[in-house]
Amino acid sequence: MAVGSDGRGLRVVGKPVRKVDGLSKCAGVTLFADDIVLPRMLFCKLHRAPVPHARIVRVDISKAARMPGVMAVLTGKDLPIPFGILPVSQDEHALCLDKVRFVGDPVAAVAAVDEDTAFDAMNAIEVEYEPLDAMMSIEEAIRKPSPRIHEYGDEGNIHKKIALEFGDVERGFHDADQVFEDTFYYEGSTHLPMEQHAAVAAVDPDGKLTVWSSTQTPHYVHRALAKVLNMPPARIRVIACPNGGGFGGKSDPFNHEIVVAKLSLLIGRPVKVTLTREEVFYCHRGRHPVLMQIKTGVTRDGAIKAMHFKSYLDGGGYGSYGVASTYYTGALQTVTYPVENYKFDGLRCFTNKPPCGPKRGHGTPQPRFALEVHLDKIAERLGIDPAALRLGHLVPPQSLTANYLRVGSMGLAKCIDAVVEGSGWKQKFRHLPSGKGIGLACSSYICGAGLPIYWNNMPHTGVQLKLDRGGGVAVFCGEIDIGQGSDTVLAQVVAEVLGIDPYDIRIVFGDTDLTPVDLGSYSSRVTLMMGNAAIQAAERARELLATAVSEKLGIPAERVGFGGGQVFDVEGPERALSFADAVVAAEARFGTIGTVGSYTPPPSAARYKGSGVGPSPAYSYSAAVVELDVDPRTGWVRVDRVHLAHDVGRCINPVLVVGQVEGSVYMGLGEALMEEQVFRANRGGVHRQPSLLEYKSPTTMEMPDVVTYIIEDPDPNGPFGAKEVGQGPLLPIAPAVVNAVYDAVGVRIDEVPVTPEKILKALDSPAKRFGPKGVPEVRWPDPIRVPTPWEGGTGRAAADRRPAEARR
Amino acid sequence: MMRLPRFRYHAPATLGEAAAILQGEGSQAMVVAGGTDLYPNMKRRHQTPKTLIGLRKIDALRGVKGSPARGLWIGPATILTDLEESALVREHYPGLYEAIHSISTPILRNMGTIGGNICLDTRCNYYNQNYEWRRAINFCMKCDGDTCWVAPGSDVCLAVSSSDTAPILCAFGARIQLVSKKGTRTIEAKDLYRRDGIDYLTKRSDEILAGITLPPAARWRSSYRKLRRREAFDFPVLGVAACVRFDGEIVAEARLWLGAVSMAPVEAAEAQAALVGRRLTEETIEEAARLAYPLAKPVDNTDFGLRWRKEMTRHFVREALLEVGPPGSPSGRGN
Amino acid sequence: MPQNVKRRRGRGRDSAAASHSSRSKVHLRLRVNGEEQEVACAPHSTLLEVLREDLRLTGTKHGCELGECGTCTVLLDGRPQLSCLLLTLECEGRPIVTVEGLAEGPRPHPLQIAFAELGAAQCGYCTPGILCAARSLLDARPSPTRQEIREALSGNLCRCTGYLKIFEAVELAARRMKDPAAQPSEETLHGRRL
Repeated sequence: MAVGSDGRGLRVVGKPVRKVDGLSKCAGVTLFADDIVLPRMLFCKLHRAPVPHARIVRVDISKAARMPGVMAVLTGKDLPIPFGILPVSQDEHALCLDKVRFVGDPVAAVAAVDEDTAFDAMNAIEVEYEPLDAMMSIEEAIRKPSPRIHEYGDEGNIHKKIALEFGDVERGFHDADQVFEDTFYYEGSTHLPMEQHAAVAAVDPDGKLTVWSSTQTPHYVHRALAKVLNMPPARIRVIACPNGGGFGGKSDPFNHEIVVAKLSLLIGRPVKVTLTREEVFYCHRGRHPVLMQIKTGVTRDGAIKAMHFKSYLDGGGYGSYGVASTYYTGALQTVTYPVENYKFDGLRCFTNKPPCGPKRGHGTPQPRFALEVHLDKIAERLGIDPAALRLGHLVPPQSLTANYLRVGSMGLAKCIDAVVEGSGWKQKFRHLPSGKGIGLACSSYICGAGLPIYWNNMPHTGVQLKLDRGGGVAVFCGEIDIGQGSDTVLAQVVAEVLGIDPYDIRIVFGDTDLTPVDLGSYSSRVTLMMGNAAIQAAERARELLATAVSEKLGIPAERVGFGGGQVFDVEGPERALSFADAVVAAEARFGTIGTVGSYTPPPSAARYKGSGVGPSPAYSYSAAVVELDVDPRTGWVRVDRVHLAHDVGRCINPVLVVGQVEGSVYMGLGEALMEEQVFRANRGGVHRQPSLLEYKSPTTMEMPDVVTYIIEDPDPNGPFGAKEVGQGPLLPIAPAVVNAVYDAVGVRIDEVPVTPEKILKALDSPAKRFGPKGVPEVRWPDPIRVPTPWEGGTGRAAADRRPAEARR
Repeated sequence: MMRLPRFRYHAPATLGEAAAILQGEGSQAMVVAGGTDLYPNMKRRHQTPKTLIGLRKIDALRGVKGSPARGLWIGPATILTDLEESALVREHYPGLYEAIHSISTPILRNMGTIGGNICLDTRCNYYNQNYEWRRAINFCMKCDGDTCWVAPGSDVCLAVSSSDTAPILCAFGARIQLVSKKGTRTIEAKDLYRRDGIDYLTKRSDEILAGITLPPAARWRSSYRKLRRREAFDFPVLGVAACVRFDGEIVAEARLWLGAVSMAPVEAAEAQAALVGRRLTEETIEEAARLAYPLAKPVDNTDFGLRWRKEMTRHFVREALLEVGPPGSPSGRGN
Repeated sequence: MPQNVKRRRGRGRDSAAASHSSRSKVHLRLRVNGEEQEVACAPHSTLLEVLREDLRLTGTKHGCELGECGTCTVLLDGRPQLSCLLLTLECEGRPIVTVEGLAEGPRPHPLQIAFAELGAAQCGYCTPGILCAARSLLDARPSPTRQEIREALSGNLCRCTGYLKIFEAVELAARRMKDPAAQPSEETLHGRRL
């Protein structure tokens, strides 16, 4: 399409179009999963384990089953087939079979005529446990290989161990002028969507099952239901309801979805489950707590000769996305500043806590925090301004990194320039009065994963269009709007190509019966992938219309233009048909007008084992400057202002981009300053604060001003050049806060959240630091050694692996 | 959805009627005004009264009467927002205004009452959890269990007095009127509280809080400082209430109370004494802060670490006294 | 079929739970969004439950049911209150306004338009409660300052927006209620340009 790199020529894309679902949400008519009420509907409650790690000796459901109004009671035996989001981690059961792995693991389920009865019945279930030793921390899980939480995994309670080396880090450290080493810890946190998960299941008289759910991934729920219920997928329909917030927390197939489906099949009536807030904390799949060690060799001017990054993830009780999360903690260090030689060792432990998984930024905020604080320290030691250090060493656009990630457009320089200029960085950095600080950090994030979660060679997304004689366009896509605005992006992209008003488009989304598969709203994949598929579908429709109109107007098809609801002769726009008439002409010429588009990411350059994580069609970039006050008497931090510049490639809708930036900054600040998903190891492993009062989500009173700068550096792989914005802007917040705290009071807080207590402790300490002391002893496997592109590598592992001893 | 347990409900129109029902029903009954404390507790099955007596219809329990010169009478069922909006409270009892304004959120203050805050159930993060969570720790001493999980050796429940109004009312020397079928008695606010997380009020279960009286405001200046993670929603992890009466520049009387550091509000008697007869200067304030903070004995059952909370006591006492300021300093501190 | 599943045929003996709750139901007249509504509900039901389950006004949402998030906010007696902590039988005869009652006929309230326009509703789940709180603020203060908006909405958690677009939408609605032609700023829509 003829669009300049400045976006000129676009009519809908780039405009602050009102969200197509905005008014419905503001009128309160949008139906979320818990808003669905069906005739004869029953209510389900889950009985959850009160112990963190135990064998189930006996489950007595007799009292519950006898209670009036109770229609059915299920236990693990009724759903014995395991499931899990990753094919390598099929380790969950809808209801625990023989073991429970965290406080809150569901053991039994009831369906009853009302919620009161279901509640009483749930509490009447009696379970006898044989307690097992519980692992409550990374250190403990590494130290104690038994009892094993799972019978699979690399060893003991280590779920996964990874060692990768690109180039030769020892040589790199040798060549470096200076080598720096730091240890960091990033506490776990949870998504805390305002909507508690809910699901409704109903069975048709002919045995077809429908499940409505607040899920970000209806396709994966569909697959899990088919597997666990042992039913043909064709008999199962999953409808994703608009999510009342997701942030990654609704990306796994969940116990409760499977349980209500099973109950509904057994009883023949609709069954609903709505989780309490406490149960949402048990679903979790949030940010992994990660302990990290980073060692970097640099030249005098700050070029990175070698980096060795180690990460230790606290995975919780199940696999979830954890294997991918672990790889992600080592993947994206290379896409911002060139790393000549890179080594990554990563492991994930099983612990007796709710499973961790993908939270906004999936596996990358933790290493990014470590890297950006580490760089801030290096800049100071080298006597280089931290902004200048970064600007001096940026990954070039259209290049390959040491670990074979293909960077396309790369607007980080413009991002840094924007926040440096906008914040008055040069006047402020190291010049503010004591107690006031300014800090900078950068980041990058993927725009969708290059490979699907389960191996297949089908598209990652599909879009279908149906054009109506009245000029309306129905767009079918399996995507689901979780608040990020994907419905609007879809409408804008189709409207742009067809030259119509986005409000003349009806979106049909997230329905496995009606819409083509989209893998789901995760990994910031939707705008890029769905957008490309939508362009393809719309261009195919446009071609049909152009042919019909060209015949009608007697002009060549290339001269047919689309815009403003008209289909016209570009050399004489007065010769035009309305879009509706153009559809009529096309339908007369070709029959019913329906087209499809789909998208598969380009093949990755990385071909080594483990290279499934990291490659993406494009990478977004962000730079943040945080300005804050620290009270040295109390340690209290007050963030005054955040400047954030984000390279979104092409802005499809600026007001939505700004909204994603502000929301990411908010969530980043929550993690940086107060949010913690933590447990009482000495009190039976219970969650420390499973409520909205105790889990500290910042209120209006804590939110600082955010100045957003939208940077557009179109990427050839993005729809109209667009890249992601939903997750990337969260990443630089925590390190920028920590760097600003150092600027304000001269202490290094090498872990988040940065609480006033930690600041006071650091101020009182001789090292002026608060953070982890070191990392546990671990025997890492021999790394998979991959020669870098500049060593003439091909993206594959070297055939001859040198023994580990020789490499030390 | 978390639902309330079943109960019978009465909505008497007079205090006498309410007292009679309460007497008749015995310990199975509870009174409720705003419900912002009781209903969450009931949803979590901390309390499952067979009978609830709603006080909303009793006009005699609402309103603010009096004057700064004579003192105020406040009806316990008065909605917190209404008190915030009362010029009498705001201008003449600024410490009380600040305490009320700091409670939870504006929305909750549209429902909660001052009587509810005065009688606020003590809080502990081993107690304020759902039934299922508490079952996982085999319950605690305060409800359904035997052990105090904060300090398993303790024979007394250590749940924290988390009322914002309690310390400031103690500091003002407020008096509390209690009515039962047997009659009426009036006690000092400070005598309403007991250092026992379970039996934290001296009010008998058949008594209804019927009135709060504040002494004349003349020459008293007051302030309330609150420590918490977020500026909304959160209960105090420390509250410092200061009331100072001046004779010219000289402190004639000083009252300093700490909230949320124990099972009841704590009077900082030595710090008070150290201020009397002296000017309120940086020096005297520092001394008072030094004397007050050892009294704070936080335990690990609220937000934040206990050592830091204790340390903050010193800082917050200083802040509260600085805010009171000597007479003639920026106004809004009272008379 | 497992043994633990009971077949139910009609209203048999084992429907004791249903008859128990029907036995205890109370009849109430509620004034919701300007309409008189008659409901029969259990005495222990909250306004939130009755609005959503009996009146099917599912626009009112819930996030914790304990008064810790503000999601279920409605207007009662013109003031924002938490429907999860209100006993329905205490609301009899008092004016109740939910998100469904903010519009005037087919015309959305200026707040609803401004929220939609500025992306102040992302997932839209906290939005009904926030709109009710904001409506009450604008009723009392037609031109609120940013600080007044912050405070008035401090009882409503939102996880999506970082609140800033919400503040701007309240400000835009306030301006539009005086000047229908009022427009959002360039920076609100496009971010800052250097």
